[in-house]
Amino acid sequence: MFGLKSDWSLNANDRYFTLDDYARSLPRWCTGCGDLGILAAIHRVCRENQILPENMVSVSGIGCSSRLPHYMNGYGFHGLHGRALPVACGVKSRRPDLDIWVATGDGDCFSIGAAHWVHALRYNMDITVLVFDNGIYGLTKKQTSPTTPEEYLTNTHPTGALLPPLNPLTVSLGVSNISFVAQMVDWNPPLLYETIKAAHDHKGTSFVRIIQRCPVYMESLNLEMMDDPTNLLLLHHENGIPVPEGVDRLFENQLEHDPSNLPAALGIAADRSKMPVGLLYRNDEALCYDELSSVGLDMSYEEKLAGVNTALDKFSV
Amino acid sequence: MNDQLISVQEVSSAAEDLQARDAAEPIPEHIVEIVSDSGEGAQKCGQTFGIVSARMGNGVWTVEIIPAEIQPPARTPDGASGIRIRVGEDLMTNMGNEANLVVAFNEQVLRSRLASHAYKAGTIVLLDNMWASDSSEDIRTQYSEALNEFAEFGLEVYELPIQTECLKVVPDPRKGKNMFVLGMLSHIYSRDKEQALNEIANIFSRKSEKVISTNHDLFRAGYLFAQQNVPYHYEIAPSKLADKPMVVMSGNQAVGLGVMASGMEMVSMYPITPATSASHYLADDFHLTGGFVHQAEDEIAAIGFAIGASYAGKTACTITSGPGIALKTEMISLASMAEIPLVIVDVQRGGPSTGLPTKVEQGDLLTTMFGAPGDSPKVIIAAATISECFHFVTLARRLAESFRIPVIVLTDANLATGVQPFERPDVTIDWFAAPVDQSDWDENVPAYDWDEETGLSARAIPGMRNGGYVLTGLAHNRKGKIAYDTTSNQEGSDMRSLKMATLAGTLNRPEVHGEAEGDLLIVGWGSTLGTIEEAVDVARENGHKVSSIHLRFLSPLEPGLRDIFSKFKKVMTIEINYSDAANAPRITEENRRYAQLALLLRAHTLVDVDCWSVVSGHPLQPGNISRVIMDRVAEIEGDKKCLD
Ligand SMILES: Cc1ncc(C[n+]2csc(CCOP(=O)(O)OP(=O)(O)O)c2C)c(N)n1
Ligand code: SF4
Ligand SMILES: [Mg+2]
Repeated sequence: MFGLKSDWSLNANDRYFTLDDYARSLPRWCTGCGDLGILAAIHRVCRENQILPENMVSVSGIGCSSRLPHYMNGYGFHGLHGRALPVACGVKSRRPDLDIWVATGDGDCFSIGAAHWVHALRYNMDITVLVFDNGIYGLTKKQTSPTTPEEYLTNTHPTGALLPPLNPLTVSLGVSNISFVAQMVDWNPPLLYETIKAAHDHKGTSFVRIIQRCPVYMESLNLEMMDDPTNLLLLHHENGIPVPEGVDRLFENQLEHDPSNLPAALGIAADRSKMPVGLLYRNDEALCYDELSSVGLDMSYEEKLAGVNTALDKFSV
Repeated sequence: MNDQLISVQEVSSAAEDLQARDAAEPIPEHIVEIVSDSGEGAQKCGQTFGIVSARMGNGVWTVEIIPAEIQPPARTPDGASGIRIRVGEDLMTNMGNEANLVVAFNEQVLRSRLASHAYKAGTIVLLDNMWASDSSEDIRTQYSEALNEFAEFGLEVYELPIQTECLKVVPDPRKGKNMFVLGMLSHIYSRDKEQALNEIANIFSRKSEKVISTNHDLFRAGYLFAQQNVPYHYEIAPSKLADKPMVVMSGNQAVGLGVMASGMEMVSMYPITPATSASHYLADDFHLTGGFVHQAEDEIAAIGFAIGASYAGKTACTITSGPGIALKTEMISLASMAEIPLVIVDVQRGGPSTGLPTKVEQGDLLTTMFGAPGDSPKVIIAAATISECFHFVTLARRLAESFRIPVIVLTDANLATGVQPFERPDVTIDWFAAPVDQSDWDENVPAYDWDEETGLSARAIPGMRNGGYVLTGLAHNRKGKIAYDTTSNQEGSDMRSLKMATLAGTLNRPEVHGEAEGDLLIVGWGSTLGTIEEAVDVARENGHKVSSIHLRFLSPLEPGLRDIFSKFKKVMTIEINYSDAANAPRITEENRRYAQLALLLRAHTLVDVDCWSVVSGHPLQPGNISRVIMDRVAEIEGDKKCLD
């Protein structure tokens, strides 16, 4: 951290990081893509928290959104379609010192990676999971995703999606040991920043579904939502996402919602008439699996050697 | 263990021991089986018999007889559950041919063993006679019919009141008969009674003193019963090899211990037979070295989790079997492409598909080698013994890190459950993975700084300052940047392949068992080592010019094969996987599908390598191989006569 410390000392070698220190190459997303705003918000949170770049690992799957690690400084893992979460959890399992970000798409997380989504939420390891939900498969050019609205025309369902979309919020809230569920839109930068900051600060798996614009394949859908803010419902509470001054005026519909109230959160999540934005649920007491999986990290080599010999003794003849 | 203090009884039984030993007939080795319905503890009995024998300095090899269902119907041939223990003066390397002595809890399970050619005329059978007086007439008839069948075959059946005797000690002999039988066998084979009692106390160490003393009583009752009623009494001298400190365990336990001795801190797995017991073992003991077993939601997540830890500098291991390998394929390819060290243990079982979960097959060689998109080079090594199950896991961790590559260790159901003593490994601290390097990375060194001579490159670990890079499974250049240009993917592929050649350059030629030239060379891999060599030795004793080699490295292959092959008139593999028999209907030289190693060797050496393989699910026995050898040798020697 830069500046004077509480003991009045000033270490000249201390590093201070600017926004540029968190960027890598220039993003190659389409003009107007909501992913750009999410990236900017993440960079701001990194700077605000002065995360050591070398201690950051951004893990993703495959999709437009999963390009994110290429635009983040530090370490990145751009792995397989749907498999970001197991890798991220594996990194955290024996390296609890690392700061883990996961970027995943609606196809990546809710379709091919659905099993990992449910289980990673249950593991509740201390990682930040951002789902870039554009309601479509972007990278592979407009196929139906689990969150594509009914009757929306896609290349795999040219007469419209056949089934009602999956509700990622009710599913997440239904997972035992869940500890943080929030939803946000990419086009409200101050609230997006606050949401990602709260998610990152939370100890445990913070799951944020970000409604993300894809002007190339989902233009009409996003316009509808942006043009008519009555579709949205702002959740606020003293323990919720801080709502910056002035921002609340953008929301006609608001609800005071205590994020410790799971049944209320489920009710809000299940109501398809309004899209809630804000913190639906938080439980700081949930068990963190990384605290279990990292047992023995402090063991010395001598102790390990003694351990191997104790184990061998049991088999000796 | 208080009851060991009943000193009067001990003193008198010690005297009996002496007497008994005097009369024992010395034998070099015996094959013993215990067969029962599932759940009657035959395996526990046999394992204990094996461990006691190993502790007494004998060579031991055990094979479990496992029904495919957890609770198959009682008294059915298909439900046969049990264990075979081969005990001898020398190192035992395989299950041998037909059993010498069998203890059977019912007659039906014997029928299935008979059908699998496990017995010969003269095999001694000690059979519980409780079924002769069963209240059901059907059962009584089945019993007497089976006895006729056995007599016709030539089994030497002794009907013994095992159940009745056990009832004198416990109310329900279904739990406990096994310890009575252990007592019987201990007398028959002059086993060290103290060792056996200690071992029983170990088995039940988590149970109450009462349970231990009841089982001790059963053991003593069985011992005494055999002494007074069974006309067989043998002595097997300890092996000369036993001067060195030894350990005795199953292949899966050896895999687990290998993980610990290699310094790996994490095993990430999804339960699958016959691999799971390795993780069961680790779940008990991994904490001794500070490790953790992660049971993932599926096999893909299991390997993804291990890859995550490996990427972060803690090379991890995932343990699975064939169907799990199928699911992990995409991740293995990622580890190959992005050069992530990783250890994958594949305890092979019978395939295809869900196949024969509890049975033996060497069916995953080609899928591990080629089952991936594009060219995904990886190291594949196959353990041939229980000791190698241990050592190859430690070797795998080192190879994975030095070559920045996934390493697959192949074992199989035969090794997984087999128990064999081996020299106690002298583990030292340098066996362990080095601490995670967190020094600064030189900014000028790219993420994949491929050495043109070897393909090797150093790896930045998260936490290293200035080392940040984005690992990707997309085509990438030296800098680790996604690159779709015309040269980058070629260069990356060349470099990853070059590592294989670099590793191959460090390997030794396989040793030839037998003469370096002759008529027939058998090539094997995996758990068939002892069986093949025993059959080769028999052929050689009979004057045939037969030798064998056994491959441990399958990818890359060991060097010198073409040269070794050129010294023999015929080369063939013996494997436990599918191949068309050369003389099967419709099969021609052109369309014949070869066994897996044979196919590889044909491509690799351009030698016309023949093969013999089966997928019966059973481990090979020396006798199977002897017959194949005699067939081939007859062809070769026949040819020779024509030339003369
Ligand atoms: C195993 C596998 N199956 C399919 C694909 C092809 N694929 C790549 S991205 C993608 C969908 C991406 O959609 P989403 O996760 O919503 O991300 P977006 O591009 O919309 O950000 C698919 C099907 C793949 N790369 N790997
Ligand atoms: S296709 Fe859509 S989601 Fe993908 S980069 Fe373009 S705008 Fe963004
Ligand atoms: Mg999408």
